[in-house]
Amino acid sequence: MARRASPEINAGSMADIAFLLLIFFLVTTTMDVDTGLTRKLPPPIEEEMEKPPEVKERNVFQVLVNANNDLLVEGEPILVTQLREAAKEFIIGDPTFTDESMPEGRPTDVPLLGRIMVSKQIVSLQNDRGTSYEMYIKVQNELVGAYNDVRNEYAQRKFEKTMQELEAGAEDSELFDNQLDAVKKVYPQRISEAEPKNVGE
Amino acid sequence: MSKFKKKKSGGIPAVNTAALPDIVFMLLFFFMVTTVMREVTLKVKVVTPQATEVNKLERKSLVSYIYIGEPTDLLQAQFGTADRIQLNDAFATKKDIIPFVEGEREQTDPAEVPLMTFSIKADMEAEMGIVTDVKQELRKANALKINYSTKKTDKIVD
Repeated sequence: MARRASPEINAGSMADIAFLLLIFFLVTTTMDVDTGLTRKLPPPIEEEMEKPPEVKERNVFQVLVNANNDLLVEGEPILVTQLREAAKEFIIGDPTFTDESMPEGRPTDVPLLGRIMVSKQIVSLQNDRGTSYEMYIKVQNELVGAYNDVRNEYAQRKFEKTMQELEAGAEDSELFDNQLDAVKKVYPQRISEAEPKNVGE
Repeated sequence: MSKFKKKKSGGIPAVNTAALPDIVFMLLFFFMVTTVMREVTLKVKVVTPQATEVNKLERKSLVSYIYIGEPTDLLQAQFGTADRIQLNDAFATKKDIIPFVEGEREQTDPAEVPLMTFSIKADMEAEMGIVTDVKQELRKANALKINYSTKKTDKIVD
């Protein structure tokens, strides 16, 4: 008599075990996609040893946000969607540095480009303690976006690469690393945040 | 004629379910790989704002979270509706931040301490007052690498 073929394992219970494990993982874990704006805080100041050097008004891009989430940029009320363009215009400034309303330049050593004039631009952000976090993030986003756009355009003009390509290749290639460094030195991300005001309770 | 068994006529073979656990295991592995065991029960309501210039947090083991928001509905009876800070499962005040930073530093490899990031997960409607206090305390503790947790979006609207 031929041997009976061994009965197939009943696959139904395997599915049950797998479902149980799946439900366990669904319940106990989170799919927190962690994205966010990475920032670097300025180091703590011990005490006011000496007053920091006065910055000329033309070099500062003043951004004020009040408790009503209204934006006042360089004395003019604007919308958040207009902030990026205004900031970009300021950061790029005047290539000849002769326009009195635009930042001054200072000669700086830049890798690959030698000693060139770099803008003394600085963005100053002042909040109110009552400003909503959402508005603060929008403003930060637009300012960082302005810097990123300006850097990207510069990298494409000068090195024919996007910032993403430079950042991706920076670890492997010294050329990319130097080019990335150059772009960052020509347009350093200088966003200074002041202590928030406490206007009205 | 007896050598040929009469074949059963009609009847479609039953669906082969051997592949079913394979499918389920694939889903399971997907979840095991993409998720993180939730260590903290959120006691505050946090709906993070949206931003376009975001980057992913790498090395999640070196990230510590600070949650800021209103207490959840269940806890509002006890704790009110004012914005609060939550560190590691418990409510905290701004004075607890420096000990928290030092505690997190002790738990990481000294070589990796400079790479530690503190992620601020604050609710959209939280006020800047409390967020700024947290930032000042982080500065005093010399924890300068921070990240504002946001969702990625394509466009900012007014």
